[in-house]
Amino acid sequence: MDLIQILSNTGSSLIAPATIGYALAALGLAMHFGFTGLLNMGMAAFMAIGAYGYAISILTFGFPWWGGMLVGVGGSLIFALILGIPTLRLRGDYLAIVTIAAAEVVRLLFLTTTFDKYTGSADGLSGYHASFRAFNPIPDGTYGFGPWVYNANGWWVRIFGIVILALAALILWAVMRSPWGRVIKGIREDEDAVRALGKNVFSYKLQSLMLGGVFGAMGGIIYALPASVNPGVYVTSLTFFVYTALLLGGAATIFGPIIGSVIFWGVQTLLSNLLPAMVNIGLLPFMTTTQSQTVRFILVGVALMLLVIYRPQGILGNKKELTFVK
Amino acid sequence: MSNNDTPAAPVQRAKTTGLHKGDIVPGVAKVDPIIVADGIRRTFGGLTAVNVDHVEIPRNAITALIGPNGAGKTTLFNLLTGFDKPDEGKWTFNGHALAGMGAHKVARLGQVRTFQLTKALGLLTVLENMKLGAKDQIGENIFRGMIPSLWRKQEAEIEERAIVLLKKFKLDAKSSDFAASLSGGQRKLLEMARALMSEPTLVMLDEPMAGVNPALTQSLLDHILDLKDEGMTVLFVEHDMHMVRHIADWVIVMAEGQVVAEGPPEEVMKNQAVIDAYLGSHQDVDLGVVTGRIEGELNTAAIDLAAEVEDLDSKIAKRKEPRK
Repeated sequence: MDLIQILSNTGSSLIAPATIGYALAALGLAMHFGFTGLLNMGMAAFMAIGAYGYAISILTFGFPWWGGMLVGVGGSLIFALILGIPTLRLRGDYLAIVTIAAAEVVRLLFLTTTFDKYTGSADGLSGYHASFRAFNPIPDGTYGFGPWVYNANGWWVRIFGIVILALAALILWAVMRSPWGRVIKGIREDEDAVRALGKNVFSYKLQSLMLGGVFGAMGGIIYALPASVNPGVYVTSLTFFVYTALLLGGAATIFGPIIGSVIFWGVQTLLSNLLPAMVNIGLLPFMTTTQSQTVRFILVGVALMLLVIYRPQGILGNKKELTFVK
Repeated sequence: MSNNDTPAAPVQRAKTTGLHKGDIVPGVAKVDPIIVADGIRRTFGGLTAVNVDHVEIPRNAITALIGPNGAGKTTLFNLLTGFDKPDEGKWTFNGHALAGMGAHKVARLGQVRTFQLTKALGLLTVLENMKLGAKDQIGENIFRGMIPSLWRKQEAEIEERAIVLLKKFKLDAKSSDFAASLSGGQRKLLEMARALMSEPTLVMLDEPMAGVNPALTQSLLDHILDLKDEGMTVLFVEHDMHMVRHIADWVIVMAEGQVVAEGPPEEVMKNQAVIDAYLGSHQDVDLGVVTGRIEGELNTAAIDLAAEVEDLDSKIAKRKEPRK
């Protein structure tokens, strides 16, 4: 068992683009669910729209990388509007049902062969890197130490992702400490009471859906930035994984979603390396290496259940809030 | 119950009189109405919850809306405040037509309400609850919210106003606690104080006394009377007849969705229809006197009731004996 390699892979995953993408999407869910109380179960769709918007506008329409990102973000804003206008007047649990359905519709639209020319259907999209890499200010070469050794392109994606993540966290922090954030938290507690005080609750919920959706779209873009857009990624379980990361860190916090994503990916990578290695040296005689890959997802499910039951406020959540959980 | 339990015996304040024009009948015109409603109907399937032909709420007075459970009081409240839409009907507030207007717009016009089931925003602090009540906040726009220098000054003013109100409602010591940690009565106070943050002209209270202990009732009553002194109009739904008699200038009685009587409290409570439909024939008698715990005079009706109570008591006593 190569323990050094296992630990190195785990360390590397802590700042992987996938981790940063999850963190951005989890920040979006913190906005939706943690602060506004909108049970959005369709975050995968926002991520898909970001990633496909980016890739399609570059591959099909020859946009530069930043133009592709604007298209992805713009697409998520339009999706938030389409999703929000008919559904935000409904109660929370109905929103959850509708968003799951909408996310599946979006995924199947990207998967269908009808638009194969643009979406690549089941093959997904790749080869859109030239424009983004051309903007790379880092000279060619390999940099870093320990598990974090990447080439110039690897660092460019990671640094770009971390800057976007920091910006998103800053924006979320700035709006949540403002009177706008106070109205949002009030809506989470009781929207009728907030309405009775003269606030346009529907408009606030729509704004929250759009802001969180933009974070999700940027997460989808960062996730797809180093490699390819694969329709198998944007399934409903992606939303649940992001929820796991969010609840792990603390739903109504700024840094919780980020820390939760880092821990989620760290543990995932550790298990996906460690379990097969343990099977190989005979420590887990009752399963095969293939089964051990499934076991880690079972463990994610168990962890999510334990979290929600025993520590619903997450790692960074306020202990006092737990006392009054409804 | 003796009067020694309640702090500082209430000072009876002068009632506002001369609110109506002409004979007192249901739907009588008021000298200076703040709300005028016409032909309001709301049905839920086959049930007509509210069917009010005409009603006017007098300005700068305290109006009580009473009636048996299911009379449509809260539904009328919801309709007037835009939380529910009537099947038909129109009404004006301060001359503005409100039919079809959303609840938040109604509130911005200065007509603010509280709820029968108190809605304190539990995971906001008491002070945040209060600040949320203030109108026209610059920082409540998402883009301006990101730039604190635009809203800091207004925020400080709002906080100052909130603290003054919290002191008045004796919640200032709790200002940094979560509203969820308050007792039921304190939440009622907070909800009322929060409503006042929006500087309303009409305050609508849905059962402000439900679940509030007698000492707190007294201070709530004083707060409501203060609202009138400060130039506001109050409309409230209440079942506690002592409170209605004590503070209301005008009483509107609803039954089965309609206004069946209205007038100054003393006169409405003598109305036979109101007594039959709602108050019951023993409404003037202290329950303590009937059960014999307190010395007091009984009228003939109450003597009958006392006999009934005694009879029941003896039956209960008999039933208990064999067990011993």
